[in-house]
Amino acid sequence: MSYHFEFSWLLQYYPQIVKGIVITIELISIGGVLGILLGTFCAWVRALGPAWLKPVVAAYVELIRNTPFLIQLFFIFFGLPSLGLQLSELTAANLAMIVNLGAYSCEIIRAGIQATPKGQFEAGASLAMTPFETFRHVVLVPSLQRIWPALSSQVVIVMLGSSVVSQIAAEDLTFAANFIQSRTFRAFEAYIVSTAIYLALAILLRQLLAVAGGFIFPRRLV
Amino acid sequence: MIEFTLWDILRNLLLAARWTVLLSLVSFIGGGAVGLGLLFLRISKRRSLRALAKYYIELFQGTPLLMQLFIAFFGLGLFGIDVPAWLAAGLALILWTAAFLAEIWRGCVEAVGKGQWEASASLGMGRLQQMRYVILPQALKVAVPPTVGFSVQVVKGTALTSIIGFVELSKAGTVVTNATFQPFTVYGLVALIYFALCWPLSKSSQILERKLNVAHRNH
Repeated sequence: MSYHFEFSWLLQYYPQIVKGIVITIELISIGGVLGILLGTFCAWVRALGPAWLKPVVAAYVELIRNTPFLIQLFFIFFGLPSLGLQLSELTAANLAMIVNLGAYSCEIIRAGIQATPKGQFEAGASLAMTPFETFRHVVLVPSLQRIWPALSSQVVIVMLGSSVVSQIAAEDLTFAANFIQSRTFRAFEAYIVSTAIYLALAILLRQLLAVAGGFIFPRRLV
Repeated sequence: MIEFTLWDILRNLLLAARWTVLLSLVSFIGGGAVGLGLLFLRISKRRSLRALAKYYIELFQGTPLLMQLFIAFFGLGLFGIDVPAWLAAGLALILWTAAFLAEIWRGCVEAVGKGQWEASASLGMGRLQQMRYVILPQALKVAVPPTVGFSVQVVKGTALTSIIGFVELSKAGTVVTNATFQPFTVYGLVALIYFALCWPLSKSSQILERKLNVAHRNH
């Protein structure tokens, strides 16, 4: 019944762990930025965009939000090649994360746009701005500022969810943990250490987004 | 080579989806029970208990569910405990669900006005009586939509248990793909089945939210 913890096993595998951390950070950096961009575009469509595009975006958002990330990943990596679209593991992982975060952030950002007072749109229109110019220059930034905490949480959730990409052999942190586990049979140590690293990454990412929020939105909301 | 019809594929996936449903129910009910306990700790008067619940929640919300599954499955095995996949899956999902539900419900309890606590205390009610007769009935009303909404996350969370070898919808998808070489069709169908399970929950959560908001406005 007794089990002796032996973390020194992990030391010789530190290059794998570091590589895993780097890839996890790369994935969330690319996925985070492009996902929020996609989400912003979709939110614009759902709140203010052309009528014909609205149902398309609504279907995309509903479909992604109601299916597991793992299945989205498998569909992109294993399913798309039969349409002639062959992707590398990392590209597929990134694409899945962008598509996933895009749908979630769309709903969050849309809430921010809809919370914007009507007067803001009217003010933009009175300055002879087109609806898109009003959105871009008047509405967008305060909308993002309003929902920044929720958006940050979603980015952290997607980062934690990225552990699944090890299943298509993308060499992220979980892949490293599995690799070490299969070589040393030290499952407990490998998974506890990588879980601790994920926890540290999550806390770090949250802090980073909070600080970034302060830079992007220097003015307080009135 | 054997030819598989679309019906063969769909039938096998639907059979496996039963386990997804069962695991979701177990996780949601078990997680709700543990989560209720956590909620009481989280809002208790003792600071140490509050801190304990807070760290538990931060730990489970700040680490990947997949890692929690791995630790439950591979980790416990090393202590000489034989952990079947379904047990590890159920255990990890219950603990994970509890953390999220406790946090959701804390928000609902805090949404009940402070005056309600004070009023019930002034009637000489104990802490448990306050919760039972005054706070929870009001918090419950606020709690229903986000709780139903979170059940969608639980259903989607069960997909990860395929990775430790529990045969549910996702695992069946992989197995069927390996037999039929039709990943596009199979994973497409798997996604549709998950959608059919989750979408009604999402929708009812939205409808409940709207209904309860309207009820609120009429007060």
